Amino acid sequence: MADYILETKNLFKEFRGFTAVSGVNLQIQRGHIHALIGPNGAGKTTVFNLLTKFLTPTSGSIHFNGDDITSEKSADIALRGIVRSFQISAVFPGLTPRENVRLALQRKLGVSYHFWKSDAILLQLDGRVMELLEDVGLVDYADEITGELAYGRKRALEIATTLALDPELMLLDEPTQGMGVEDVDKITALVRKVSTRRTILMVEHNLKVVATLADRITVLQRGAILAEGPYAEVSQDPLVLEAYMGSAHA
Amino acid sequence: MSKSLWIILVVVGLVAPFIVYPVFMMKLLCFALFACAFNLLLGYTGLLSFGHAAFFGGASYVTGYLVKTGGLTPELGILGGTLFAALLGYLVGSLAIRRQGIYFAMITLALAQIVYFIALKAPFTGGEDGLQGIPRGKLFGMIDLGQTYSIGGSPVALNLYYFIFALFCLGFWVIYRTINSPFGQVLKAIRENEPRAVSLGYKVERFKLMAFVISAALAGMAGSMKSLVFQLASLTDVSWHTSGEVVLMTLLGGVGTVLGPLVGAFTVITLQSELSSVGSWITVIIGVTFVVCVLLFRRGFVGELGRLLKKSL
Repeated sequence: MADYILETKNLFKEFRGFTAVSGVNLQIQRGHIHALIGPNGAGKTTVFNLLTKFLTPTSGSIHFNGDDITSEKSADIALRGIVRSFQISAVFPGLTPRENVRLALQRKLGVSYHFWKSDAILLQLDGRVMELLEDVGLVDYADEITGELAYGRKRALEIATTLALDPELMLLDEPTQGMGVEDVDKITALVRKVSTRRTILMVEHNLKVVATLADRITVLQRGAILAEGPYAEVSQDPLVLEAYMGSAHA
Repeated sequence: MSKSLWIILVVVGLVAPFIVYPVFMMKLLCFALFACAFNLLLGYTGLLSFGHAAFFGGASYVTGYLVKTGGLTPELGILGGTLFAALLGYLVGSLAIRRQGIYFAMITLALAQIVYFIALKAPFTGGEDGLQGIPRGKLFGMIDLGQTYSIGGSPVALNLYYFIFALFCLGFWVIYRTINSPFGQVLKAIRENEPRAVSLGYKVERFKLMAFVISAALAGMAGSMKSLVFQLASLTDVSWHTSGEVVLMTLLGGVGTVLGPLVGAFTVITLQSELSSVGSWITVIIGVTFVVCVLLFRRGFVGELGRLLKKSL
């Protein structure tokens, strides 16, 4: 039997009579890059929000490493090792990239409630901070104001911050959205690089990226799973072609 | 920030009673601490409380009562007031942080109005009169805070001044330390992007509540100090005008800057005292000043200066 890091069982989410997610059974195999695709409004981001408990499912359950995490809070889920990125770049815009990454590392020191200590004790993290910034090519921008960086760099910073937590499962919500071709290639390479020793679940519109990266694909349509399998298989599925690929290639 | 600036500020604080009218200076220190405590919430955590007068005024009543009726020494009175404000902050904060933005502000305002009502009706607060003639007492039972020294022909309560100045420095240091601590870093993260802070695994409610309690406690300490300086705890201290005034001071000086609230409190208190002769027109003048300042310097005095110097002040 395959080793699933994350499973959802019959997941539903309704918003005042509108069913955004309807009976989704998702199984993410450990070590895979798993892509979630589907036309606009198919419920991809809603599924993400359910998995990270930014939304509460109407019914159904979510299991991580075999444990039922359906009733846990967002912060607890992050502590378990599921860390997400957001569709619009999630950075702390008024802080520097150095501080952004440091905030992710700081939690492990266990001093985050210590308001009586000087923040100089955080300097011990700087070595690791710079390594992570190096990985995403942001060393030269470490002390700029994040809000003033170019879009692609903010996304790279977000990935560096997420990596700092060393998550078991990384959820990436459209990592290449709104990027130029050059940045897309960079991020694709970066995602591949960081996928060793961890599992990635990503929502992605860019099918070229999905074809290059994903081990397995789930296609959502109107909140329900339409097809699932490796890219080569799914991309030939007549249902998928009709619902999604057809329009995407048109 | 540079060490020399701090040294200059401390020296100014030490020699001030020989140059400026000392009661004015003490009032300034009380309100500056109040504004700094408020700024810890608004400027560094992104929470707009519209009920901070409850902590300021509530503590000033408690200190007044403890010193006047309970006969406690002033340092214990101030400690009592501060602890009371911290406890009240815990209660108000626990309720208010469940909501965000304008709803947060409204909850704090509503709860502060309850405190106002208690101050008006309770048997031990003196109703409309407030608590008057609060004794300054003897610090640690030894140093007489009421004792005056003749400086340039007029009596000056130097002991009291230096006690108040020391308390201000203590409070300011606590705030400065909090801002520049690992805890403060997380507060800034919450201010910048709360969902992201959650997704990094921070339990933001706890951080917000702690910041709220620290801010309330220090606002309370400022109120306690005030009740010793003026020997008075009154309804004005707990009214929503006072809650509004501290917002004004913080915005004028520069929200999210260390020195901004000091400058803001200085500006507002100076205007109030210089213009006291013009009567009720004072609110109009301060209102116009505020509008002009907000239009011209959106980041406040210190915020704009910091931007020019490309430094955080």
